[in-house]
Amino acid sequence: MSSPAWILRRDQWQQWAPYAVTPVLILAALPAMGVGSWLTLTVAGLSMGVMLFLMASGLTLIFGLMDVLNFAHAAFITMGAYVATSVLGRLTGWTNDESLAMNLAAIVLALLAAAAATGTLGFFFERIIVRRVYGAPLRQILITVGALIVMEQLVIVLWGPDAIALPKPVALRGSVIVGSSSIETYRLVALAVGLVVAVAMQLVLTRTRIGLLVRAGVEDREMVEALGYRINRLFIGVFIAGTALAGMGGMMWGQYQGLVNSQLGDAVNVLVFIILIIGGLGSVGGCFIGAILVGLTSNYVGFLFPQLAVGSNILLMFLILMWRPRGLLPLAGH
Amino acid sequence: MQETPAQISPATGGTGLLSAVLSDNPPGRRLLNGLMLLVLLALVLAPFLFPGTKALGVSARICIFALLVASYDLMLGYTGIVSFAHMMFFGIGAYGVAIALIKGAAGWGAVLLGAGAGVLLAVVLAVFIGVLSLRVRAIFFSMITLAVASFAEIVATQWRDLTGGEDGLTFSVPEMLRPGFHLLENPLLGVKFNGTVLTYYLTLAVCLVLFLILLRVVNSPFGRVLQAIRENEFRVEAMGFQVVAYRTIAFVLSAVMASLAGALMALVLHYVGPEATLSFSLMVDVLLMIVIGGMGTLYGAVLGAILVVVAEYYLQNLLGSVSAGLSGVPILSALLHPDRWLLWLGVLFVLIVTFFPQGIVGRLRQASQPKPGPASANRPN
Repeated sequence: MSSPAWILRRDQWQQWAPYAVTPVLILAALPAMGVGSWLTLTVAGLSMGVMLFLMASGLTLIFGLMDVLNFAHAAFITMGAYVATSVLGRLTGWTNDESLAMNLAAIVLALLAAAAATGTLGFFFERIIVRRVYGAPLRQILITVGALIVMEQLVIVLWGPDAIALPKPVALRGSVIVGSSSIETYRLVALAVGLVVAVAMQLVLTRTRIGLLVRAGVEDREMVEALGYRINRLFIGVFIAGTALAGMGGMMWGQYQGLVNSQLGDAVNVLVFIILIIGGLGSVGGCFIGAILVGLTSNYVGFLFPQLAVGSNILLMFLILMWRPRGLLPLAGH
Repeated sequence: MQETPAQISPATGGTGLLSAVLSDNPPGRRLLNGLMLLVLLALVLAPFLFPGTKALGVSARICIFALLVASYDLMLGYTGIVSFAHMMFFGIGAYGVAIALIKGAAGWGAVLLGAGAGVLLAVVLAVFIGVLSLRVRAIFFSMITLAVASFAEIVATQWRDLTGGEDGLTFSVPEMLRPGFHLLENPLLGVKFNGTVLTYYLTLAVCLVLFLILLRVVNSPFGRVLQAIRENEFRVEAMGFQVVAYRTIAFVLSAVMASLAGALMALVLHYVGPEATLSFSLMVDVLLMIVIGGMGTLYGAVLGAILVVVAEYYLQNLLGSVSAGLSGVPILSALLHPDRWLLWLGVLFVLIVTFFPQGIVGRLRQASQPKPGPASANRPN
């Protein structure tokens, strides 16, 4: 007797469940609050999610390909935000202009500068620090933690110990009213920028030769090497890309908060780690789901149970781990 | 991690009580033994050798950190897992004692109750985290402990009613440990035996006993399994040992020791606060101590604690005077600003992990070996 087509078999359910978590969460939140706040919070959560995805995707790619978990990732995030303060500090003419085009141009320029700076730094970081510890997990953790401390202190040396304002451009400060809910304009911009980068990344990974090599490397590093490709160059490239993404995410995050201090990266990096654990280490798809989940949970819980807001992400992490000990979409062989 | 022959097959010479107390695992050969003896003597005689409240505070801090780092070594050096939640357990012990002393009478009962509650909470948390995260990969464990530790820091700063928030808690300790209490009427050898000195000796005694217990643990069959896990996880699993269970027990044991160290810290400081008991910069201190002293040696914890604690007390002064001399030079004076001592400790940390991973004890043991093994055996992990 065959079961009706709409009932998923157990293995199908196992396969599709990770993708269902986010929609279920969004729908489940609707009856718990009015439509107005639901829309506001969902957009807020999604935009927070894509900003987090920018930062987390770099880390997860680096981990997936080279098996290196870079604890200094937080410092790259901070660095990106600080570079943006320097760049936008010189572009006040553009950011104070009423026109949306000038504002967006300033943001794009700051994003590029942040990415260029952290990417360059990432290149030297890979050459000087990480290269020595491939295949030695314990020393990797120690040395990248050490590098994290040094880089954070250098940020203070370069930009001073006080927090620096990173104001949003004029045209992006207010809110848009949709029905009974108000949505901050900057969140929409962050959502758009994040989605553009995420789609671009997905296209590079799935439609280009480099992306093919990266995915193959994640799957089986030695085989790619055996086929004659220089895996070292791939490592450097991915490391630069990953740290550049961290810088871009840091810039967006800093501007969203409006204030940048030397602890910015540390605070976000905890969320980034939670995302990697939820999504499955090394998996880009899982990272996206995890980032959106964390963004939504933070916003929903912060609204419904403010006293739980601080612990909501840790709680989410442990719930997911109890359900799927290796994360939602674990990589095979990792 | 370098295994010295002394560890694999404990030196059977020097049988007797001393050897039994040290679990047949003496620090090393002559130089290191002498050094450890000197350290022990200095710590025992600290109130006489280094009079003054500040020096005694530094000595007590050294004892507590030596225990804390030794308990961390059980995980990092012996089992090969990196936890970032060690200061959380330390903080749990410290806050446990503080809260018990504030809510209850300032007596020994409250101290025991607070420390006991701290240990219990530490065990529950460690089992929960360990069972959930050590099943998968060691790196999972590191990430999860980092997330949980930062959560603990937020809880400690935000749950004002219980923890006093950023300001922390000040409290009275049992009568005997207060500075106003005098055990002897007259000074002995020029030292007044007041509550501060008693607190110091209590700290030293507890730390010493717990350190010897840790030494016993790492040299027991259980400890050998931990070291085997560090060297080759899969082989140990294949031999029928439950790696997850062993790692979790090591983590729990380490957490218990850390919370006891925290309880002592609360008694010494008469104060607990996020900055003093569970901040990430303290975690960095612990990492630095263990790496400088030498991972997987336990004795390294003592040397590392001494060097880092003393350096932190005096490095800031040194940087201050150098920086004042360079006040005209823009970047250099910022680099050498006294608040940037963490920068230099970080640089030191990276250099040591890169070029000197066996630490002081590892290096000294290596130097005293008659025939050094092949160079490849010195590669950590």
